[in-house]
Amino acid sequence: MRGFAITVMALLTGLFCSSVIFLPVIGDPGSSPNQHITPVYISQSELDTGSPNIVTGTLADYRGFDTMWETTVMFLSGLTATLILSKSTMGRRPEKEDDYE
Amino acid sequence: MMKDPFGGILLNIAFRLLVPFSVVYAVYVLILGESSPGGGFQAGVVMGFGIVLARLILGEESTIFNIKLKNSLALAGCGTFIYTMAGWLTLAGGGKFLDYSFLPFSLEPAHELHALGILMIEIGVTVCVMMTILNIMDVVVKRSEDDGSAE
Repeated sequence: MRGFAITVMALLTGLFCSSVIFLPVIGDPGSSPNQHITPVYISQSELDTGSPNIVTGTLADYRGFDTMWETTVMFLSGLTATLILSKSTMGRRPEKEDDYE
Repeated sequence: MMKDPFGGILLNIAFRLLVPFSVVYAVYVLILGESSPGGGFQAGVVMGFGIVLARLILGEESTIFNIKLKNSLALAGCGTFIYTMAGWLTLAGGGKFLDYSFLPFSLEPAHELHALGILMIEIGVTVCVMMTILNIMDVVVKRSEDDGSAE
């Protein structure tokens, strides 16, 4: 079972790594995002969002839904750390006495 | 307040200089993040730094900057709620989710509404990030204290 898991993980890693060659080169002006969406953001950001900062306009306004879930992930990470590290046994499976060595 | 020391020149300087500076600077980064580099995440980190420093210097018994674990957890959730609330307000105003033009307030130029919406969500992000930092620190400190007393 363990060998199977390792094989699947190695296969998936190889697959993901090989997909890198299909990505556009960084800074390539001919790549498809740089063809239509980037010029629109640069020219329209101040008019659309009222913010002279393109980064803030993109992060908080055009991509607001993405940032909302980033915030949620942050909250959940804090909650998870609390649940893992705290001594409270609420909601945990009862531990058997035999588990202690 | 200025008379009683915190236990050494380093701690005095750290508390009296760094803590107020970082808290004020965090508010500056939050408010001006819309038009200059900065924003909610950075403001939360800087403010969390100031409060963590105050906690480290003043200790567990202090009455200021001492946010209990359950309060910090609840406030982190409140930060996320403020963000989502901005989205629901735009829905109530008749627009799409997080489309700040439809916020139900009357401000004259349309992009002022966008500025208000951006400020609103960044306050939410700041509260969430700051309280999450305090929360994780609190839980780690409590855990290590528990382990120390058990041995």
